Amino acid sequence: MFSSTNWRKTAESIAIPIGALLFSLVLFGVFCALCGKNPFAVYGLIFKSAFGNWRAFQGTLLRAAPLMLTALCTALPARLGLMIIGNEGAFVIGGLASIIIGLLLSYGSVTPNAEQLQQVSGIPSFAVLAGMALAGIVAGGIWIAIVGALRHYRAVNETISSLLMNYIAIAIMNQLVGGPIKDPGETIKASSFALPEVNRLTNLPSTRIHFGLLYGIIVCVLAYILIQHTTFGFAARTAGGNVKAARIAGLPVGKLTIIICFLAGSCAGLAGMAEVAAVHGRVNESLVAGYGYTGILVAFVARYNPIACTFVAILLGGIISSGGALQRNLEMPDATVLVFQGLVFLVILYSDSLYGRFKIFKEPVLKAPLPPSTSTTVPV
Amino acid sequence: MSTHRNIIYIPRRQIIRGLLATAAFAATTKLAACSSDGETGTTDAAGSSSDKPLTIGFVYVGAKDDYGWNQAHALGAQEIAKLPGVKLVEQASVPETKEVQEVMRSMIEQDGATIIFPTSFGYFNPHVVDMAKQYPDVQFFHCSTLWQEGMPTNIGNYYADTDEGQFIAGRVAAQSTKSGKLGFVAAKPVNPVIRNINGFIMGARSVKPDIKMQVIFTGDWNVPVKEAEATNSLADQGVDVIGVHVDSPKVVIETAEKRGIFSAGYHADQSALAPKGYLTGTTYHWGQIYKEYIDQIRAGKKVADGGITRIVQGSLKENYIQMAPFGPAVSDATKKDADATQGKFVDGSLVVYTGEIKDNTGKVRVPKGTAYKVSDPELDKVDWLANGVIGSVS
Repeated sequence: MFSSTNWRKTAESIAIPIGALLFSLVLFGVFCALCGKNPFAVYGLIFKSAFGNWRAFQGTLLRAAPLMLTALCTALPARLGLMIIGNEGAFVIGGLASIIIGLLLSYGSVTPNAEQLQQVSGIPSFAVLAGMALAGIVAGGIWIAIVGALRHYRAVNETISSLLMNYIAIAIMNQLVGGPIKDPGETIKASSFALPEVNRLTNLPSTRIHFGLLYGIIVCVLAYILIQHTTFGFAARTAGGNVKAARIAGLPVGKLTIIICFLAGSCAGLAGMAEVAAVHGRVNESLVAGYGYTGILVAFVARYNPIACTFVAILLGGIISSGGALQRNLEMPDATVLVFQGLVFLVILYSDSLYGRFKIFKEPVLKAPLPPSTSTTVPV
Repeated sequence: MSTHRNIIYIPRRQIIRGLLATAAFAATTKLAACSSDGETGTTDAAGSSSDKPLTIGFVYVGAKDDYGWNQAHALGAQEIAKLPGVKLVEQASVPETKEVQEVMRSMIEQDGATIIFPTSFGYFNPHVVDMAKQYPDVQFFHCSTLWQEGMPTNIGNYYADTDEGQFIAGRVAAQSTKSGKLGFVAAKPVNPVIRNINGFIMGARSVKPDIKMQVIFTGDWNVPVKEAEATNSLADQGVDVIGVHVDSPKVVIETAEKRGIFSAGYHADQSALAPKGYLTGTTYHWGQIYKEYIDQIRAGKKVADGGITRIVQGSLKENYIQMAPFGPAVSDATKKDADATQGKFVDGSLVVYTGEIKDNTGKVRVPKGTAYKVSDPELDKVDWLANGVIGSVS
């Protein structure tokens, strides 16, 4: 299964981010020391409040759940060489589409009147949730597919267009909840109507983590298989490596771009659906909480590997959840966690230049290069 | 087999690094274990007996020093933190997501808080409601009037009406303006904001009946760039007094000061930001409400059984709002007038919404002979701008 090449490469791509993480931890320690706090006490508190016990760990997982999915929105297209940061927009559009479908399936109308509110339709709750998930997936997918199409057919820079699409998505949401789908009962904060309690996404048994976490893990595994172990994934990676070569080899680069973008957006859209169905129950400006942008960070740190995304999301969830303890127990400013996140982000970005610089991760030169066909068998 | 040895071979330096990392990890976990010992003790404090310290949790949506909504609450929290036997736990910049539930949960479970003040409007539904269901022994006091029958009974609401303060600020503005043009930078055309705009213009018009005020809605609670643009464009139009209702009036007040025009603040005292042009402003005095709550809780009262009033509402008379200290540009005559107006509000001889009031399209909204006190639920329906305001809510 593991050829020696893979082994070293995997080790390198695990060791460098972890090393970078430790280094940023040291830098953060210096920052804490400058603030007059004992860095070891800070590390200890971060660890305890994020991973210390099952209750605390649940808090971490809960925060990690949406990040896994929004991270894929950057991670998948990155394998094709596209840098997409429209996670927040796809997240919001996914949430918006899912509440519209959810309300339609529950009440038969997005703006139910008093009478309709009294009688929730007989459609079973799993069907409503499936409908909502599908709506989130499709809407988020189309949203980012637009970016892919602009890239392919009009050569619009996908980073900038996806970033701008975030603002459009938020504006669309504000417009809809402020007018066409507004709940007149909510006077101060414009919101859509609320999903009925029976059609909410529930928590995993005997925890306070909602099923969104499971979605995240499953989708990350599926994405990994898709990218690493299918011909489609291989084609995408090839095109990501060298578009010209891919074209010469006859790969449909345009189709690949749009499909990958669709899949990427659908992941973030699903995250939006889970957030709406499990947490808010309705759509309003609280949905724009930065899960999308944090997802970009997760994807970078995970080096666009979907499986690594789950672990990095959990790590980041832990960092976020420790922020409260830092404020309350050590009386550090509320921006401390942001400083930490920023340091991690910068160090990880810089660590990109370290790949291939360590001898240990390089193939021993003594060996003759192996023909690719025998790469899975144990060499002589 | 030889290649296998090659794969497993790890240089000595790497082994040393690995050992170091493991040691560091072990040290961290050990430290974590130590600090957790100190923690466990506090959970016993959850009992509500009166001789034990009261642990009170405050959650803010933004920074505690934002010169705005959050600062007003944080100042109130500081007032009760001075009381003996009160332990404060605070967390700032908590978004209105599952995060706020987690924060409240860890305040209750780790810090032993028995009273929680989630201070942002958007925390209420579903977050505060959910937490109140899960922790029926903890009392939640939320800054709104959103509690409804059927919601958990361990939630209390408090709210301060600012119409009277805005009326006084409007009077001060009208007496300070030279150009006769007022301006107002507002977040969203929702009821509390509209009422503050109306209070301001009605106050101003009670001094100079023809005065006009241009309103600009920025569209959101916290968009500093748009707030600065709005202030600049008002200044360009010749406006020389600016009122404001956004989450943090900091940018508006600072921009007005830079442009050399007057400003009237909101939420908290911003005079430090505009030592020349700051006139006055409506400030919340949440500390008053918080103290009243603490006294009642100490006496063993609970909101769940009706011992503490479900919805506490007040204004100048109750000392729930105060006028910020006057800036140097306010004349003595104006100061005297403002104090006199305040006296009339306190003794009830003056009511902001006294008919006849027309909106800015000429339609009569409050008929002659009708007066609505600030706590009147009728005023929660106000969705029109009073006569003299240039601008529209749609």
